[in-house]
Amino acid sequence: MLRNVVKHRVLLLMLLPTSLIFFVNCYIPMFGVFIAFKNINYIDGILGSPWTGLDNFRFLFATSDAWRVTINTVSYNVVFIVSGLILSVAVAIAVNEVRAKLASRVYQTIMIMPNFLSMVVVSYIVYAFLHPEYGFLVKYILPLFGYSSVNAYMHPQAWPYILWITKMWHSIGIGSVIYLAAITGISEELYEAAKMDGASKWQQITRITIPLLTPVMVILTILNLGGIFRSDFGLFYHVTLDSGALRSTTDVIDTYVYRGLIQLNDLGMSSAANFYQSVVGFFLVIGANSLARKLNRDTALF
Amino acid sequence: MNPKASVKTSQKASKLAETILHIIFIAFSLACILPIVLIVAISFSDEKLLTLQGYKFWPDKLDVSAYQYLFTNSTTLVKAYGVSLSVTIIGTIMAVLLIALYAYPIFRKDFPFKKAFNFYLLITMLFSGGLVPFYLLYVNFLELKDSFAALILPGLSNAFYIFITRTFFQQTIPEEMIESGKLDGASEWRIFFQLVLPISLPVLATVGLFTTLMYWNDWFNSMLFINDTDKFSLQYVMIQMIRQAEFFKNQLAGSGVALMVQEAVPTESLRMAMVVVSIGPILFVYPFFQKYFTKGLTIGAIKG
Repeated sequence: MLRNVVKHRVLLLMLLPTSLIFFVNCYIPMFGVFIAFKNINYIDGILGSPWTGLDNFRFLFATSDAWRVTINTVSYNVVFIVSGLILSVAVAIAVNEVRAKLASRVYQTIMIMPNFLSMVVVSYIVYAFLHPEYGFLVKYILPLFGYSSVNAYMHPQAWPYILWITKMWHSIGIGSVIYLAAITGISEELYEAAKMDGASKWQQITRITIPLLTPVMVILTILNLGGIFRSDFGLFYHVTLDSGALRSTTDVIDTYVYRGLIQLNDLGMSSAANFYQSVVGFFLVIGANSLARKLNRDTALF
Repeated sequence: MNPKASVKTSQKASKLAETILHIIFIAFSLACILPIVLIVAISFSDEKLLTLQGYKFWPDKLDVSAYQYLFTNSTTLVKAYGVSLSVTIIGTIMAVLLIALYAYPIFRKDFPFKKAFNFYLLITMLFSGGLVPFYLLYVNFLELKDSFAALILPGLSNAFYIFITRTFFQQTIPEEMIESGKLDGASEWRIFFQLVLPISLPVLATVGLFTTLMYWNDWFNSMLFINDTDKFSLQYVMIQMIRQAEFFKNQLAGSGVALMVQEAVPTESLRMAMVVVSIGPILFVYPFFQKYFTKGLTIGAIKG
């Protein structure tokens, strides 16, 4: 052991700075989860504050907030995962069928572009369409359907759709890149053989492409399922402009924890929600991974 | 039907299919681009016409006063630009170096602690302490509030990019190369910097692009840790501006002050001009990296 350390001291030295950073950024906070069981106050400090057992959790689940944000988080994620999967695969297959290579590359480049914009920028874009007085949709499109001056930022029931469109706009292009790469990996011979047997394009897609893409679809979906308790904070916080009127349909665990921490300074509740998220998230990742292992040994994350 | 005719009809059918595909993708591409175009159009619009006609794709009168205002009157913006730029440059260089330095040993087959250090990373992907302890650590213990370190440090730990880089090493760097380097008496550092890094440019570029984007687009760390206006990042200034505009409108509506504010500053077009200025560099950087990036993304995404 010691001999190995000496022998590989240079490699160990290379690992040192990054290891330290991970220790600070990831490991120390992991031990901080006990904060959820304490009644934190700034005078006694984090370590000195009294233990309160499950009080923070009792408070959290006594309010209707906990259930609302859990249901919102999970249902948005389920919808995003399912529709993201279907749309990304469909786009990947369709792009692959475009025979003009230049056009295909141009389409791909453009489709990925939204993903490069920060959620802050995306919030401005959504705002440009939905601004209560000047928004393009509000001013020019909705009047065609008989609606005038709609303030979307006051109508929670519209937001599941708005957020869905925004999310898909932001992520489909990049999502399809992965499937596209998997498709280009499929041997051309398979298609040649199928053509010889008289298979139509549609048959080639449903009998060759989709079955061969299935392993990739399964892994990515399982990985996504592992993250079902987390959400795209920027999407839910900025795109909605953190509007209080929209909370019933847009509040998710991440925004709830953030608000508790920064705006309300309610450390107890916030860290309880945080703990709940981390622990459930952990078991979901482990569960999802063992599922992946069962389906195909090679596809599991670990 | 004779065979020739059948070939002809199938060609016709596929031509039709191809046309339909093109139509779909042109529509999709437009859907991706037009929202950005709308922002650009607003930024070049005359403020008075904007309030009359709303946001349009086709400004009746081009106007650059928002940009003039942005570059002459706004020290906040210039400062924020400087903050974002320096954080991005420093952060990206450090991140790429640190990622490569960690990925290299855990790729080496002859390194006995490979498994342990792999595991060390994997844990961070599985479990996280979450926002609250992270925040308290940075603010109360490390006392990094209002520091540049608070903007750079969080972005330096990314296990996923390390795994991507390791996988790339495994696929492209032959063991013989390292062996022969050793036989020639090169030190580990030399092998790493002079043999391994130069042939790893594709993955370094991929990871580099992602970290550049991550730092440039980051608002979360500013929002958490920065109160000092001199250290606001560009994204954070934009967050403030969109919220403040709403605030102005709600508080001052109808009081006459709102009108005055509007006279003095081209608020609507100014805000959009700022967005345009903030996405400019991204659209500029993207084409240079694009050829690497699809490849890098796939390697890492499919086999973590």
